[in-house]
Amino acid sequence: MSWLVALPVVIPMVAAGLALAVARHNRAQGIISVSAITAVLVVSVALIFVTHTQGPQVMNVGGWAVPVGIGLVADRLSALMLVVSAVVLLGVLAYSLAQGLADGQRGAPVAIYHPTYLVLAAGVATAFLSGDLFNLYVGFEVLLAASFVLLTLGGTAERIRAGAIYVVVSLLSSIIFLVAIALIYAAVGTLNLAQLSERLRDVDPGLQTVLQIMLVVAFAIKAALFPLSAWLPDSYPTAPAPVTAVFAGLLTKVGVYAIIRTQTLLFVDGALDQVLMVAAVLTMVVGIAGAVAQDDIKRLLSFTLVSHIGYMIFGISLASGPGLSAAIFYVAHHITVQTALFLIAGLIERRGGSTSLERLGSLAKVAPVLGILFFVASMNLAGIPPMSGFLGKAGLLQAGLADGSALAVAGVVVGLCTSLLTLYAVVKAWNKAFWQEAPQELPVTTSPRAMVGPAAALVSVGVLLAFVGGPLYAYTDAAARDLRARTLYIDAVLVTGDRGEGESSDSQDSDAAEGATSGSGGER
Amino acid sequence: MTPSLALVVVVGVLVGTGVYLVLERSLSRVVIGVTLISNGVNVLFLIAGGAAGGPPLIGTTEPERMSDPLTQFMVLTAIVINLALTAFVLAMAYRSWQLHGHDEVQDDLEDRRVAQRAARAELDSRADDVGTDLATEAAEARDETEEQRDTSGSGGLGGPGRSDDGGPAGTDRGERP
Repeated sequence: MSWLVALPVVIPMVAAGLALAVARHNRAQGIISVSAITAVLVVSVALIFVTHTQGPQVMNVGGWAVPVGIGLVADRLSALMLVVSAVVLLGVLAYSLAQGLADGQRGAPVAIYHPTYLVLAAGVATAFLSGDLFNLYVGFEVLLAASFVLLTLGGTAERIRAGAIYVVVSLLSSIIFLVAIALIYAAVGTLNLAQLSERLRDVDPGLQTVLQIMLVVAFAIKAALFPLSAWLPDSYPTAPAPVTAVFAGLLTKVGVYAIIRTQTLLFVDGALDQVLMVAAVLTMVVGIAGAVAQDDIKRLLSFTLVSHIGYMIFGISLASGPGLSAAIFYVAHHITVQTALFLIAGLIERRGGSTSLERLGSLAKVAPVLGILFFVASMNLAGIPPMSGFLGKAGLLQAGLADGSALAVAGVVVGLCTSLLTLYAVVKAWNKAFWQEAPQELPVTTSPRAMVGPAAALVSVGVLLAFVGGPLYAYTDAAARDLRARTLYIDAVLVTGDRGEGESSDSQDSDAAEGATSGSGGER
Repeated sequence: MTPSLALVVVVGVLVGTGVYLVLERSLSRVVIGVTLISNGVNVLFLIAGGAAGGPPLIGTTEPERMSDPLTQFMVLTAIVINLALTAFVLAMAYRSWQLHGHDEVQDDLEDRRVAQRAARAELDSRADDVGTDLATEAAEARDETEEQRDTSGSGGLGGPGRSDDGGPAGTDRGERP
């Protein structure tokens, strides 16, 4: 079944080419991208079943065995991330298609929107699946290039201003990542994650820490971890609603995923755990303080996004099974809920003509459905008991208390306060936008049902996560166990634990190569 | 493995100069800076690949004397990616010049608000100083970008961008993808 692993990358890439070829026909582009993302969703669900029952799946690209060739690896964690991101991509795509339909010919999406969106999907999938650091870098670059285009779509003054900051910050984080890759290759002579996790053990601990710091800094910029998060609230709100939604849901989580992967697989001695925990706690505090101060829904949501990244990093930095499991659960929950909230913010902007809380009002009267959706999604974000946000936070807090160190307990307390402040921020937003008397006449528009539909679907996915909370936690527990044990991943990638001396052979087919080929590519 | 000192110096000079340029306000200088840093990193990859050797082809070179092909593949990939991103940033710088008459990375809104608040606080702290009022203080606190934009706007430097039909049409299209 290992061929399944390549499909989430291949399908969107091919579809992007097709969509570019039919650039003149909007409808054809829509059909291509919807069917491609749907296919990715189906494949990802299949991958979850296969990895859950048969263990990690490895695809050797071109039939070269892994330390020599490029490997794509799907384990429980990457399969789950793929499914959640496919759901979100599909929802946002439906929303943006409906937006195009609702606005008629004039509002039809620019011809490059669909191809770029598909490239973004392919880049995200590459990052989740890649089995070596350099491919992770390539995946990052693919999704970044696509995100640059999406963020500056249309090239208005405001978007160019926000885009310039975003682009320069992203380029710098990529360069730091690239330097880290070069140093790691110089130190141990391989970039394959499984092989690295075996070889890094023999490296001098000081050098290990340097390499770890470089990787974590590069990923923390992408994940928007405080001190490196300042770029995010300034870049995201200017983009069109569907673009912001997909960025908020996915791009930062790719950084979180990369941190999980490297922290669990490469650097097991936990030299940076304390630093990460402090950064996580500060991220929660600074992010939510920013959110409370905002009077614009989109900016407010961007700050809560930063703040809630802190929860995930807190879970990772606990370096325990329950902490990691809760962090993965939280990532899945947060992707859906944050995307849904940004889509609803887009609908509010359409209906009320603005996202500024000073100018909005009375929306509960004219758009009750929006009011309910925003209320449910924001309660989910704040973590009100029956919702999935509560389950994720409860897991994290339990894991923090189980850890018991002073720092972890402080993290638990800050986490609780952050939830309360999130509740305050979103309730304030809800009150002002929906409940207060409108300070000025609202424009007479309607929110098209086709646009409310996808947003409502994503909100209900977020709520449904609570209903499958038990099985999902069982799954993330298993994923966390795999990550911490490491052997399953390493054994799946490097079929023979002891690799011989000789040269790699390209004459064998992949099945035979898995058993017999030895790696000379990494050795010097 | 001891890397050659010359290569290390080249990396240092390229990255150092690049970092200096990235700190500039003008986007085109940032592009040059990023390009220099990336080239520095590419040379770093060559160092990571170890000493130079013969071509890595079986039958041509003894396995012990081969140079490492993997780093060269990685450098090649990095060059391609960098080329594409440089092209994108150049396009963005050009668009910025079309719109504003300059290509400077502007302060973000929050920074500007904080600067204005700082100006106000300073004014409050010397309330007896009745020479300046709030408006002039805030005007002084604005950055030079703002001034430059004002002057270049009146000077007509932004002309080509404004007359271009890309501006308003872009706004419409951009709002609804």
